[in-house]
Amino acid sequence: MSSGTFPAGNQPKEDCEGMSTDSAPHAIDPERLERIREAAYRIRQNALVQAEVQGQGYIGQALDIADVLAVLYADQLRLEPADPEWEGRDRFFLSIGHYALALYAALAEAKVLPEEELATYAADDSRLPMSAMRTYTPGVEISGGSLGHGLTIANGAAMGLKRKGSDAFVYNLLSDGELGEGSTWEAAAVAAHHGLDNLIAIVDFNDQQADGKSTDMLSMEDAGAKWEAFGWFVRRCDGNDIAAVLGCLEELRTLSDPRPRVLIADTQLGRGVDFLERREKLHFMKVAPEEWELARKALEEDFAR
Amino acid sequence: MSTPNTDTGSVARSGAMDVSLAKEGQRAVQAPLGHALVRAAQDDERIVGLSADLAKYTDLHIFRDAMPDRFYQIGMAEQALIGAAAGLAQEGFVPFASTYSVFATRRAFDFLLLDVAEPGLNVNMVCALPGLTTGYGPSHQATEDIAILRTVPGLTIVDPCDAVDIAQAVPQLVAHDGPTYTRILRGKVPSVLDEYDYEFELGRAKLLRDGADVLIVSSGLMTENALEAAKLLERDRIDVAVLHSPTLKPFDSETVLAEVAKDRVVLTAENHAVIGGLFDTVAHELALRGMGRQVTPVSLPDAFLDAGALPTLFDRYGVSTARLVEQIRGLV
Repeated sequence: MSSGTFPAGNQPKEDCEGMSTDSAPHAIDPERLERIREAAYRIRQNALVQAEVQGQGYIGQALDIADVLAVLYADQLRLEPADPEWEGRDRFFLSIGHYALALYAALAEAKVLPEEELATYAADDSRLPMSAMRTYTPGVEISGGSLGHGLTIANGAAMGLKRKGSDAFVYNLLSDGELGEGSTWEAAAVAAHHGLDNLIAIVDFNDQQADGKSTDMLSMEDAGAKWEAFGWFVRRCDGNDIAAVLGCLEELRTLSDPRPRVLIADTQLGRGVDFLERREKLHFMKVAPEEWELARKALEEDFAR
Repeated sequence: MSTPNTDTGSVARSGAMDVSLAKEGQRAVQAPLGHALVRAAQDDERIVGLSADLAKYTDLHIFRDAMPDRFYQIGMAEQALIGAAAGLAQEGFVPFASTYSVFATRRAFDFLLLDVAEPGLNVNMVCALPGLTTGYGPSHQATEDIAILRTVPGLTIVDPCDAVDIAQAVPQLVAHDGPTYTRILRGKVPSVLDEYDYEFELGRAKLLRDGADVLIVSSGLMTENALEAAKLLERDRIDVAVLHSPTLKPFDSETVLAEVAKDRVVLTAENHAVIGGLFDTVAHELALRGMGRQVTPVSLPDAFLDAGALPTLFDRYGVSTARLVEQIRGLV
């Protein structure tokens, strides 16, 4: 998006499953949707570039979250790409450090990082480590990786922005597995108690964690009801439906309500590459050397559909 | 462990609930941390306070009551406390976050290490009940806090002796652009160091008194006991020097080693377990430089301490003034 601009507001939600309120979906400008869809495509291609360099990586997660990141980085986030520390920016906190390749892909799409640099992903002395860190990369706001931290830091940043009179928002992307960390719920309670209505959490609900399906490991369903019970305004939607994600995130941002907000995004691991969508679901997806080219082609075909 | 006291007719009041360390009649200052923080915050709008349901018991309530709009009550949630402090520091504020030492170090270590220390944020943890300063037993006795925290790169660790140290340290903690952990003494805190030609200087050890026979390198409240012991030993014509090192990391090895090198009996005195604290720090510095000096630790044992009254426990574990005097007599 252009530098320093605020997203076109008041576009109501599309296909959101309301927990906290209900309102009718409205149409979204098709050109705007197409622009985000193109961004999502390039983010996926950018992620493939990085994963192929290393011959491995958390490509399943990067593909599943690309649509959410496209809505954020191509539309919702207020950014100044040339100045990643611009005071007026929205803060995007990545709890789940292993999603780094997805974030770098989005930062390249947003022109915060040069696209050529993606080829250095996880290389020695690269600014793009395998797990995203504040101290390494422009545009990366926290050092994630140890799960259950992001939302606690987001609280402090949201408090600080309010104290400064800023109207910027703090976004925190966390995972469904991360809901197992007690500190996530400490932070959820603190955010609600302090009325942090400038905080938007997004849970990537891909139902996959290291040892298997998240709902089989330590089920945190009904996740929406849990967040609601902790005092949050909740939306849940198909995280790979760009119109739905856009509608929800815009509603969460523009809504007049004193509560912190959360979007639970149900996503599909490997989304956009048909043979990865069908492959056995794994936290660390294996891709054979000859498959990267096939994956790029599959993405192209998916985008053309 | 001592013999269980089953004689209910003669159970002494344990004093385990006592909040203040000052002895009867001793010169003392009420809540030096709270007042110093209010003074600093009057001139510096970046300063904010946070506590995890222990403002009243870490003296941060003074700040809370003076500047309520700059104080965040986080509730009984230490991980959220340190995370929020990190977030505020990222936004340019200078947070002072308080809880008990045991909770900051044992419960929330991952947050202190990754969210505060790794990015080098100016977050100041001010924690009460360090070492043996409560009779509650291991749930509240942070006898290993320094051992845990010395492993954190870039973290400044301060173990003040008294109200003078605390009051003078606060503005320096604000000015230091990096993470700090300070072992806070709360309530009525003794005033000791104003009798000496002394000023707290972050990162520096200071010789409080010189002596030809014995050197005690001390930190925290053990400096007070060391000074008292030195006075008592004057009667035995034992001349004791006391070198106070309130900053444990970064350690002022230059000053400490220059004193240790002189031909005297050397002890360290710390309110911390013998593993991982001041004694280990001094031994480490000596070994690095090939200095073969014997150093006798006056430390808490490598053990879970008993519950009970502090004077009893100080005697039991050899860190009271009387036990320090005895030990020095035996060494000279």
